[in-house]
Amino acid sequence: MIPSAFEYLRPQTFDDAINLFAQHGENAKILAGGHSLIPTMKLRLAQPKVLIDLGRIADLNYIREQDGKIAVGAMATHHQIETSELLREKCPLLCEVAPQIGDVQVRNRGTIGGSLAHADPAADWPAAILALDAELEVAGPDGARVIQAKKFFVDLFQTALKPNELLREIRLPATSKAVAYVKFAQRASGFAIAGAAVVIRPESKAVGIGITGVAAKAYRATASEKKLEGQPLASENIAAAADKASNRVEALNDIHASADFRKHLARVNTKRALELAAARAER
Amino acid sequence: MTTPKRYFGKPIKRVEDPRLIKGIATYVDDIKLAGMLHATVLRSPYAHAKVLGIKTDAAKALAGVAGVFTGADVNAKCGLLPCASPMPDQKAPKHTVLAGDRVYYAGHPVAIVVATNRYIAQDALDLIEVDYDALPVVSNPEKAIEADSPLTHPELGSNVSFTWSLANGNLEEAFQKADRVIKQRMVHQRLIPMAIEPRGCVAQFSQADGTLTLWTSTQIPHLVRTLLPGMVGVPENKMRIVAPEVGGGFGSKLNLYVEEALCSHLSMRLGVPIKWIESRRENAMATIHGRDQIGDYEVAFQKDGTVLAIKSRTIADVGAYLQLLTPAIPTLTGLMLTGCYKFKAMRMDVTGVYTHKMSTDAYRGAGRPEATFVIERVMDLIAADLGMDPVKVRLRNFPKRSEFPFDTATGLTYDSGNYQGALRKAQQVGGWDALVKQREQARQAGKLFGIGLSTYVEICALGPSKIMAAGGWEWGCVRIEMSAKVTVITGATPHGQGQETSFAQIVADELGVPMEDVVVLRGDTASAHYGRDTYGSRATALGGTALIMCVQKIVAKATKLAAHLLKSKPANIVFRDGKFFVKGKPKNSLGWRVLAQEAYVAKNLPRDFEPGLEASSFFEPKNCTFPFGTHIVAVEVDRDTGEVEVVKYVAVDDCGHQVNPLLIEGQVQGGIAHSLGQVLFERAVYDENGQLLTGEFMDYPLARAKDIPRYIMDSTITPSPSNPMGIKGCGEAGTIGATPAIANAVCDALSPLGIKHLDLPLLPEKIWRAISEAKVK
Repeated sequence: MIPSAFEYLRPQTFDDAINLFAQHGENAKILAGGHSLIPTMKLRLAQPKVLIDLGRIADLNYIREQDGKIAVGAMATHHQIETSELLREKCPLLCEVAPQIGDVQVRNRGTIGGSLAHADPAADWPAAILALDAELEVAGPDGARVIQAKKFFVDLFQTALKPNELLREIRLPATSKAVAYVKFAQRASGFAIAGAAVVIRPESKAVGIGITGVAAKAYRATASEKKLEGQPLASENIAAAADKASNRVEALNDIHASADFRKHLARVNTKRALELAAARAER
Repeated sequence: MTTPKRYFGKPIKRVEDPRLIKGIATYVDDIKLAGMLHATVLRSPYAHAKVLGIKTDAAKALAGVAGVFTGADVNAKCGLLPCASPMPDQKAPKHTVLAGDRVYYAGHPVAIVVATNRYIAQDALDLIEVDYDALPVVSNPEKAIEADSPLTHPELGSNVSFTWSLANGNLEEAFQKADRVIKQRMVHQRLIPMAIEPRGCVAQFSQADGTLTLWTSTQIPHLVRTLLPGMVGVPENKMRIVAPEVGGGFGSKLNLYVEEALCSHLSMRLGVPIKWIESRRENAMATIHGRDQIGDYEVAFQKDGTVLAIKSRTIADVGAYLQLLTPAIPTLTGLMLTGCYKFKAMRMDVTGVYTHKMSTDAYRGAGRPEATFVIERVMDLIAADLGMDPVKVRLRNFPKRSEFPFDTATGLTYDSGNYQGALRKAQQVGGWDALVKQREQARQAGKLFGIGLSTYVEICALGPSKIMAAGGWEWGCVRIEMSAKVTVITGATPHGQGQETSFAQIVADELGVPMEDVVVLRGDTASAHYGRDTYGSRATALGGTALIMCVQKIVAKATKLAAHLLKSKPANIVFRDGKFFVKGKPKNSLGWRVLAQEAYVAKNLPRDFEPGLEASSFFEPKNCTFPFGTHIVAVEVDRDTGEVEVVKYVAVDDCGHQVNPLLIEGQVQGGIAHSLGQVLFERAVYDENGQLLTGEFMDYPLARAKDIPRYIMDSTITPSPSNPMGIKGCGEAGTIGATPAIANAVCDALSPLGIKHLDLPLLPEKIWRAISEAKVK
């Protein structure tokens, strides 16, 4: 790769990272796993003056139970999530999503925080985070705050992060095994053309459905969720709910899939994910 | 091939692999020379534009920049890029090394920067200001030949580059008397070869002796040495071309490219070695593309399935320039259009059309996959039209084994064949009857399940010199060193095919020495003095035969020496298992060690005996070879998403005698992988402005490990009479045989819905739309 010249900074603590980011402002880019940033630097589409590498900050890389929730540090890699016993037990949706991301090399370096903060409309994590109603803790020079997943994704590559804020932690509720992620991948990149993440919450007779790849930002399929509220997960109910998975969505349209096809696949994969999750609920 | 051999026919692991697997092989980019500078090419972002001005001052002023060169600086001093396969009526633009006052495709080289490293070179590139005036773009080849189309090259007055026709037999009569006629348009989409190692070169001109050495990632160092002198003004005997390790070619490195000439020229001009390494994006936009034919086909046949004739009108999108073999590719389609069938009338009319895109040229299969795709799809269309079994339609039209050598309607003579045998074997090993039952059950269960086959034939071992532009022979040299180690030099330039292994097997067997004692050199014109390199699945059949001829000469010479040393006559000497002895006295034998020493020490030689034990040979074949086979594929199509899953893959290939079945299996597997890509997802997409939208692996999918089904592979062996080893070649068989088989399987899966044909690639959305439309009907 032949990028333009940049200064490379490697803070040892999260606070140092925040300070450096504040200091360099828009001249700086944050380097997490680098799997979106490096390709754009390679093509010189991104030419940051300063790279702030979060890779050596030990207290950003963890997966642990914390106050009744599961906390995942922003620098946890896809591979760590894929192989986490704790997540497999307490929040299995993440373990189902992780192995569907990229390939082994990508999963070994790519991070959940980097992916979420980049807000690629076709990334896999946003669907899961939305379906799970996760909380995201972010921090900047003015301190930390929590953003609800459904408020986090604003638009194409845009999040609710302020220009000087960093994502620190993703907090997830424990769920049953009644979860699923079904994805139709773009052949070349492996990104989602339509990915549907489903969480069934038997206790409240509700479901959470997150859809990625279809629109400029990942979204909650609220019409589908409502349709299933309080309903048994019978196949006709599932089909009727899935039918609404891309209602009133302005879908993306590119050489890899037309808007129509994306909306269709959102319905198909929502149905398949609901069926899969429902089958797991019965087990 | 009568006595069993120690190595020939054995699945021996490749001697090349350890260095490749360990990452210690030397590719072009691993070559670092003292004082070497780095070049980077500025490419046009426009597909068609006037170049009003180029400002290079800021780039030249950057510290570390040795020079910035535009067309005005180099085009007058560097010759035009040649096309080696011109057509009689061809109109061609001048292919200068850098753009002049116009650019003709996105990626067209406009300037070149030379600097102390690649980073500075790239920074300098960003400082060059080019003033472009965008012009109308020709991107659709069918619209390009309409009267009101803008012109790709206005000075040519037309977008037609050339026309070519091939016709034989009484076409009119065949179509008149035919019971049935089917018409079908088929689009052979543009593909990007995407070798994993992009192109690259290092040029080093020695001002001391006027020699130019060019290390380049190429399939054809010898052809480069033939063609480059005319461009850069260094005579052939002062030019050395080296193809070090080459990370994939697939035809895309069967070419001479402007960067090779530019780096050579600039090394001469600046007096330093210059390296240029292509980026992936450059590789996608400025290394040749493949296929891109659009054909309207008509076939005449009888109710019993007998085919009478085929005709086609084909448009070949050649891109903006004719590269080395661009016009020859559709002619190979024409020559193979009748496939492995007997019918005697055909016509193919090709129009080569210029567009503002990268040139098309040879890509694995090079024209033959198009032909095979057409004729094998046609066989299925006939079967569907008549309600006949596709197997029976094929069997009805095959020539019998006894009819070989078989003269085709296209003017070729197929050397040998047993098409029925390969088909039968594929049905056996693939469990055809069970597969048909499986289809029936799957369909009853509401699934879209299909079986497809292709019975292909291809043309390999190109070829007799009479059909080639500059020699179709191959050269080789074998030397028994003084230590009795054996050095083999081949003029074929294997670059991943495995001939360092298979040639060592062949020579070790013929000399009766251990394979470990044989070293195969290739890819350097300083050692391999002459050669015609690797393409068209030719290296083993031709290059291997040249080596056999060398060994025969050496054995004859060694026999004389042995007779002298054993105090006998050459006629009484027997050579067996690496030993020479007088007939009836095998205990008193001489081996290569003694003979080599005597031959080089040269104190006790027969009268008039030249010292040394070395021979070189040119092998000139009398005919090409025609490998064939049957591929059977079963697929299931997901009704809701349009995705295709390959459920079963059976390949039975006949490439004649096999030197090393393991190499053949690898070649065929790789070929099938390319086909899976072509059938299911690969395509180059240009928009109407001539912008390449699939210029990275983010957008251009290649088949990966998880896309590859488990292959059931087998072979039949029908020796070729075209060379003494009976070898046919297998480098492209997979790509040629697999493409129609997979497509036929998908079309068969969709046939219950009334879907007859879909063009490639069979993208899920295309299939989903076809299914949706079929439901509506």
